[in-house]
Amino acid sequence: MTAQQETNQTPGAGKPLDGVNVLDFCWVAVGPMTTKYLGEFGATVVRVESVKRPGTLRNAAPFKDGVPGINRSGYFASYNANKMGITVDMRHPRARDLMLRMAKWAHLVTENFTPGTMESWELGFDQLKEVNPGLVMFSTSMMGRGGPMERQPGFGPVLSSLVGLTNLTGWPDRDPVNPYGAYTDFIVPRFAVAAILAGLDRSRRTGEGIHIDMSQLETTLHFSAPVLLDYAVNDREQARVGNRDPGAAPHGVYPCSGDDRWLALGCFSDEHWAGLQRTIAPDGKGWPYNPDFATLLNRKANEDELDRLLSDWSSSWEVGALMETLQSAGVPAGMVNDCRDLFEDAQLQHRGHFQWLDHPEIGPYATDVSEMVLSLSPGSLDTPAPLLGEHNSHVLKNLIGLTDEEYKSLEEDGVLE
Amino acid sequence: MPGAQGGIDFLLEPYRVLDLTDERGLLAGKILADMGADVLQVEPPGGSPARNVGPFHGDDPQPEKSLFWWAYAANKRSITLNLEQNDGQALLKKLVAQADFLIESFSPGYLEGLGLSYAELAKINPKLVMVSITPFGQDGPYSNYQATDIVGMALGGFMYLTGDDDRAPVRISFPHFYLHGGAAGATAAMLAHTYRVTSGQGQYVDVSCQQAVAKTLAHAPQIWDIEGAILKRQGVFRQTSGENRVRINWPCKDGYVNYMVQGGTVAYSTRALLDWMKEDKFDTDDLDAIDWEKMGYGAITPELMLQLGGPLGEFFTGHTRAELVQGSLDRRILLFPVATPAALQGHPQLEARGYFKEIEHPELGETVQYPGAFIKSGDGRDIAGIYRRPPLIGEHNVQIYQEEMGLSSSELETLKRSGVI
Repeated sequence: MTAQQETNQTPGAGKPLDGVNVLDFCWVAVGPMTTKYLGEFGATVVRVESVKRPGTLRNAAPFKDGVPGINRSGYFASYNANKMGITVDMRHPRARDLMLRMAKWAHLVTENFTPGTMESWELGFDQLKEVNPGLVMFSTSMMGRGGPMERQPGFGPVLSSLVGLTNLTGWPDRDPVNPYGAYTDFIVPRFAVAAILAGLDRSRRTGEGIHIDMSQLETTLHFSAPVLLDYAVNDREQARVGNRDPGAAPHGVYPCSGDDRWLALGCFSDEHWAGLQRTIAPDGKGWPYNPDFATLLNRKANEDELDRLLSDWSSSWEVGALMETLQSAGVPAGMVNDCRDLFEDAQLQHRGHFQWLDHPEIGPYATDVSEMVLSLSPGSLDTPAPLLGEHNSHVLKNLIGLTDEEYKSLEEDGVLE
Repeated sequence: MPGAQGGIDFLLEPYRVLDLTDERGLLAGKILADMGADVLQVEPPGGSPARNVGPFHGDDPQPEKSLFWWAYAANKRSITLNLEQNDGQALLKKLVAQADFLIESFSPGYLEGLGLSYAELAKINPKLVMVSITPFGQDGPYSNYQATDIVGMALGGFMYLTGDDDRAPVRISFPHFYLHGGAAGATAAMLAHTYRVTSGQGQYVDVSCQQAVAKTLAHAPQIWDIEGAILKRQGVFRQTSGENRVRINWPCKDGYVNYMVQGGTVAYSTRALLDWMKEDKFDTDDLDAIDWEKMGYGAITPELMLQLGGPLGEFFTGHTRAELVQGSLDRRILLFPVATPAALQGHPQLEARGYFKEIEHPELGETVQYPGAFIKSGDGRDIAGIYRRPPLIGEHNVQIYQEEMGLSSSELETLKRSGVI
């Protein structure tokens, strides 16, 4: 890779988070995606799960061969690579002591329960700090701690609505639609990892632990900050405009040959438009040269007609060929990748975006690596997601040093369930 | 410094960041600045192109009035510097010697062409962490492709999954492609920093916005990998399993609400809504008879959805969003507002946590309400947040070049006249 050659650096053996121990109570998506980054970059991440109340994602499709099973979810497997798993019945009277021993071992405790849950187990930050004064604890919840709505439940696409992104997505003549999936769950983790690492840095410098509280609502609002300012200073409520853009025409998604194939493009400058004109009509004649489309203001004024003509033209093209042709002509254009396309996308392949791990029950499965390549200490995904309770013995005996007798007694007492 | 206002140290106070990004990367430095890092935004003379991105204060399209700039340059200081002149490059190298991070979002190869590649800068400061944020990464078949927001959201796989099933895919009307890359830039900077703390070595980081978007797709790629199925966009619905899907967004009297009919562990929510409908004289006998408690996730068939859609839709359109939200809180119904900016300004939880902050813009004689901290300490203290209004073009040239780096006022004058700063 040239990026690495330019730096004159060869990746060494080490990773940024080697030696960082994470006691991970996170579940569903937003937390596990956060701690996946940590595991990918070298942290030892131990996920605490429960046999009695297995996490949502373990029961979420897709399943290997379509057969549900606690260790068969591809969703869970993708977000929990490079982690170990233990099972603990947190309501068992002996669970707290065990978790305090884990907290002594940990540099970081992560959780995304409804605020108050860790405290209900007497494992709040104040209690954890007593056994480990330098500990960083990271808590994230929909609404943040404190305030009248801290315990508001939520799931899936709710936060996209609460944060205003739903209202900004869709066609102006139709009801708004959600950005795909639990979209905000995939915005929050990057802020979360940056904050966690800043907290660990401060703990290293000062010897003092810190509890970081992240409201997913407050974090996600940074992805629409100019929209909020537009309301604050101009009293304007922006709403959805389909695929239009105030600074470009044409701007949108245009049909190509085949079923549900589309090309996205946008002409922000005269150069972009000239490239499109040349591609459509190399002889310099025909509709692209109609004076109605000569300037951006003209194109904006006649945008419906422009879109119609462009769609007629694009629909005979194969989408990949059209993307390459337009890019060579200097027009920003990209195919609308579906999920199969993503696996075949030449650039994502070049970056090694998908990586296959071999899982004992699922077999080889795809997961995505992170979007950053570090020249000297890159991340890597090496181990599949844990089976439920797979690492009970290893973690408790080898990492925190329980004796065989102690371990056996916990097992017999039903603590590890 | 921020800590003086916040009570305890902001997390990143000891560190300096040189931020060379334009509108394609501003968020990375903003995240670090919010956590207290000293971020110097390095703008070309005349100002960053990001200042041309709307909307604008009073719809007045001037470089000091871009709300996009305000949002993502607040907390930073600004110096101007022409990187294409020798004196400009020399000044940058001096700044690099004292900096912990450099973040940039130029097209691949641009800085190298100016003799400012990571390899060159690392000779001056081997501990430097340099982060490049580009649409596709520094190399590979698309690395020289032109990318705008819609192109990136399409190639990242987001758009195919978003929008109505009978129309073209849609993007979010506010651009997100570069924000995903920008946020990843902050993550990447902190990862490399963490390695520097233990190893003493800086390094170069290459961030791809396309990959950052492709990581927002939940389990959709796994559904292709494991089941060989291609998920499609579902409009106002959410696919729950196979052919089954439930409606998420519903029109009400004055806007929209978010409500998913569900059974199982949240059957109580469905029951409570049916009870409320009865108060409004809806006949819900057929719906009451359904065994919601035994219904698993994904068990709502298209026929049942159709049966529910009529009365639920009618009930919702008979009430305002505020009535539905308050009534749902009182009755423990899992119904939520499809929020608009106005609703967010008066949001009780954001108010209680003091999220929005008034920041003074003395030049305009106004205070402006900004989104605040994305983290707090667990006991509610400030460890990050907004503390400085966005900088004017080159506002801190004297502070940095003269007071800190020791240039004389006549040298500064010369650099100004020659277009270096």
